Amino acid sequence: MDTFAALGSGVMVALQPINLLFAFVGVMLGTAVGVLPGIGPALTVALLLPITFKLDPAGSLIMFAGIYYGGMYGGSTASILLNTPGESASIVTALEGNKMARAGRGGPALATAAIGSFVAGTIATIGLALIAPTVVDIAISFGPEDYFALMVLAFTTVSAAFGSSVTRGLTSLFLGLSLGLIGIDLQSGQARLSFSVPDLLDGVEVTTLAVALFAIGETLSVVAAGARADEIIEPVKGSVFMNREDWKRSWKPWLRGTFLGFPIGAMPAGGAEIPTFLSYALEKRLCKKPGEFGNGAIEGVAGPEAANNAAAAGVLVPLLTLGLPTSATAAIMLAGFQQYGMNPGPLLFATNPDLVWGLIASLFIANGMLLVLNLPLVGLWVRLLAIPRPWLYGGILVFATLGTLGANPSLIELGMLLIFGLLGYVLRRYDYPIAPVVVGLILGPLAEQQLRRALAISVGDPLVLFQSPVALTLYALSALALFGPLLFYILTGRKAPVGSDED
Amino acid sequence: MSDSRPTSTAGPDKGRFVIAFALALLSLVVGWDAWRLSGINTYSAVGPGAFPAIISAGLALLALANAVEAVREGAQDRPRDEIGPMAWVLGGLIGQIVLLAFGAGFAIATGWLFAATAKGFGRGPVWGHFLVGAVMCFVIYVVFAKGLQLALPAGPLERLI
Repeated sequence: MDTFAALGSGVMVALQPINLLFAFVGVMLGTAVGVLPGIGPALTVALLLPITFKLDPAGSLIMFAGIYYGGMYGGSTASILLNTPGESASIVTALEGNKMARAGRGGPALATAAIGSFVAGTIATIGLALIAPTVVDIAISFGPEDYFALMVLAFTTVSAAFGSSVTRGLTSLFLGLSLGLIGIDLQSGQARLSFSVPDLLDGVEVTTLAVALFAIGETLSVVAAGARADEIIEPVKGSVFMNREDWKRSWKPWLRGTFLGFPIGAMPAGGAEIPTFLSYALEKRLCKKPGEFGNGAIEGVAGPEAANNAAAAGVLVPLLTLGLPTSATAAIMLAGFQQYGMNPGPLLFATNPDLVWGLIASLFIANGMLLVLNLPLVGLWVRLLAIPRPWLYGGILVFATLGTLGANPSLIELGMLLIFGLLGYVLRRYDYPIAPVVVGLILGPLAEQQLRRALAISVGDPLVLFQSPVALTLYALSALALFGPLLFYILTGRKAPVGSDED
Repeated sequence: MSDSRPTSTAGPDKGRFVIAFALALLSLVVGWDAWRLSGINTYSAVGPGAFPAIISAGLALLALANAVEAVREGAQDRPRDEIGPMAWVLGGLIGQIVLLAFGAGFAIATGWLFAATAKGFGRGPVWGHFLVGAVMCFVIYVVFAKGLQLALPAGPLERLI
């Protein structure tokens, strides 16, 4: 059993004290930012990229994964106590969770979210470890035209999954693709779209774009909303422990949520939100006391939270095995790999097995840490929620510019931060999703590389793109992703559920 | 953000028309660059202009699609944005760049950013927040310069250490 041997050596990597420390820092930071409104895991990883440049790759990546998992936990705390989801995958949790908190059952709501997240995260990480080698085996035989088709699929699913219309998603995606063109073309040495500005020759930094869109854009839209957005924190009253009935009502939703979340996250289908919506709908249908839904049903917290975390682990499958990011955080983690000169994909499993398996093993550890830390520290997280917004957003902007200056101490970089920040504000104002812009920027150049490689092999014959059965299947799936929502509308007469981004 | 779903009224959505127009412009710029690159002989099956040409075409189609949606969905009642607070935040960001350009250093420039942002969110006084922010950023500078060896812009304050 190669997988278990590899995972075993990964556990040895993850258990090194320094890596345990990185995992701990990651989950603490991740939970904190998940709790705070306005900053999500994508932004945090982006801000930390320049700082970790000089650190050990394995350690930093373990920390990033900890932030990713921690952000998912923290988001549920904000949803339940504040009714403002800290990150979008927790929107559904807020529906029932906040009602429970108002009814004085905030403790059990937090507990079922935390334990459900742990159960789901653990099962899904096992799934990741089991599936990854198989996907790698398949992917190793992929030609460049298959990779190109795979990226087209990622593009379409990311655009169709996020945002309120496919047009809006594709618009965001193409903005990202256009930004990805900027800089020197590596194959021909020609400068593209850089208008003789030397700073543009290296292209647009993923960190700068992500920090601008998430931090500056978010701050601008919150400040523009003025007094519109008022928040009430629900104090945690009573016991934080779940009683026998809570357990009885929670364990099935946890498992169902996991089995919804992991496959959807693992498909290149983008994001952790859709399974949370599905899980909520499923639990509502299966619940023996449907009247409680809408008034604080524990199933409505347990299921979606499990789905959310299982999907978060699922997203790592395409990222690690194919180098295909399907969420904003995954896109930035891909940038994290690239900053160390590594490209996630089948080859990484062969060239850096310790790093990959160490990362996967540390996910188990991060999950365990989160379970142990989360409930006892609830008081601390609640206090984070109480930070006055002027200071919170002031601090966010300080750290946003700090991260940008740390990566590249140039005023043009700061100017780009401002311009992309304004872009982020406009996109939010008109309901355009953010994640496809980031995914487009990072995946666009990779897609172009595969496209040109495929066409170089065929000496320019574009038909090569449509000859492999793998590629054709992937194009069919892309078409389904694009026109699926329309089909759903025609068949059921209802709009397809869509997620929002920022996870 | 969690704005309530906008309701539609008569007439097209002007904001999205502007976005469609901007996309069309972007399509032209990318297309022009692709055309310029296609004139350069690179001795390969696919030159550097091919991918930009595809993107330019995509942008043009999206400009059209956005314009169509703007008409179909009609004008939206979006909540009005507060200009004053936004101006403070933008002033903070622009002020930071200007201060850095004049060599004020990280602590002073970013202290101003903190103060202006806090003011935008309705918390004054500006000078008090500026002092606190500058001290905080000075500490950050020391941590980053000494601990992580990251080069942040230095000014008169930073040269004291």
